[in-house]
Amino acid sequence: MSGLGLAAMYYEQRSTNNDPRLVVARLLALIAVLLFACAAAAGDAVPTVADPMTNKRAVQLGEKLRCLVCQNQSIEESNAELAVDLRRQIREMIAQGKSDANILDFMVQRYGDFVLYQPPFKRTTLLLWLGPGLLFVTGLVILIYNLRRRRAQRDEQPLSTEQQKQAELLLAAGSDRERR
Amino acid sequence: MQLLPVRLPAGHPMTRFLVPLAIFIVLVAFLAIGLGLNPREVPSPLINKPAPAFQLPQLHQPDKIFSQQEMKGKVWLLNVWASWCVFCREEHPVLMALAKSNVVPIYGLNYKDPRNDAIAWLKQFGDPYALSIADRDGRVGIDYGVYGVPETFVIDKEGAIRYKQIGPVTPAVLKDKILPLVKELQS
Repeated sequence: MSGLGLAAMYYEQRSTNNDPRLVVARLLALIAVLLFACAAAAGDAVPTVADPMTNKRAVQLGEKLRCLVCQNQSIEESNAELAVDLRRQIREMIAQGKSDANILDFMVQRYGDFVLYQPPFKRTTLLLWLGPGLLFVTGLVILIYNLRRRRAQRDEQPLSTEQQKQAELLLAAGSDRERR
Repeated sequence: MQLLPVRLPAGHPMTRFLVPLAIFIVLVAFLAIGLGLNPREVPSPLINKPAPAFQLPQLHQPDKIFSQQEMKGKVWLLNVWASWCVFCREEHPVLMALAKSNVVPIYGLNYKDPRNDAIAWLKQFGDPYALSIADRDGRVGIDYGVYGVPETFVIDKEGAIRYKQIGPVTPAVLKDKILPLVKELQS
């Protein structure tokens, strides 16, 4: 706030001169100094309640957890009361020095795997994790099988002599037409 | 012209028709089952685990502490309720009737509820609970994985949770699930 004091001193020293241009110039100077004072005050703002690291971790954890009240929102996004409580719980556990894994375990123990947006890889979720790959491989196998069968068909059956003759006849007719 | 060697991909026409149909039917079956499920009913991981420990003040006598420990050796119901909870009112007559039948004691976990509101609610509609405990800030609720009040837990003699009803206890749920289980656990 020392900027404000300086501006006041400056204004008082020069206030004997009443040239209108000087008044404007002084006002502008005052505004500039005051603006600077504001910026300086913003620099030493009051520290936030939670420290930024805790906050960042809490937000990251909250985004990994499903709010069971409004199931398409994470605990971080939801305004449901349960989400508010669980955000508080996460922050408390971080303050107690619990690891991220500890905190996620805590939630899973109480609300089940469903609380995790990324389900764990285990026996009951095998199909969920491997299903898409399995479908892709199955599709690929069917595609390759069909392509091979088609090629085999095309290659295996040469024209009979009669068909050959007729084909030649048709071709000859075609080339006759072209010549004309 | 009919002799042009145009060949359709091999495979019996019937299979070519039946395979997509079979896939379609399987898909429809999956979707029908999926749409029939209630996404609100998340299976609790607490089933067959010891009921989480708590020590909470009683609603009517806040200077007295109640703990789940005191119920060792008894089959009991823990019903999570609140005066602000709409569906609690729906299940309330069911609980009143159950309490009157004296089959199993019902303990109330008054969840995130101002004390006066809770007491007024019980006065107005009747009190089916052997006693209620006050979970003012919802911490015990978190330990029990409560996310949709009302919820009802059936707890056995060893203090393990055997069943969790999410949402109101309907007469059907009581008759088909809770009462048979209670009978089985009591014997």
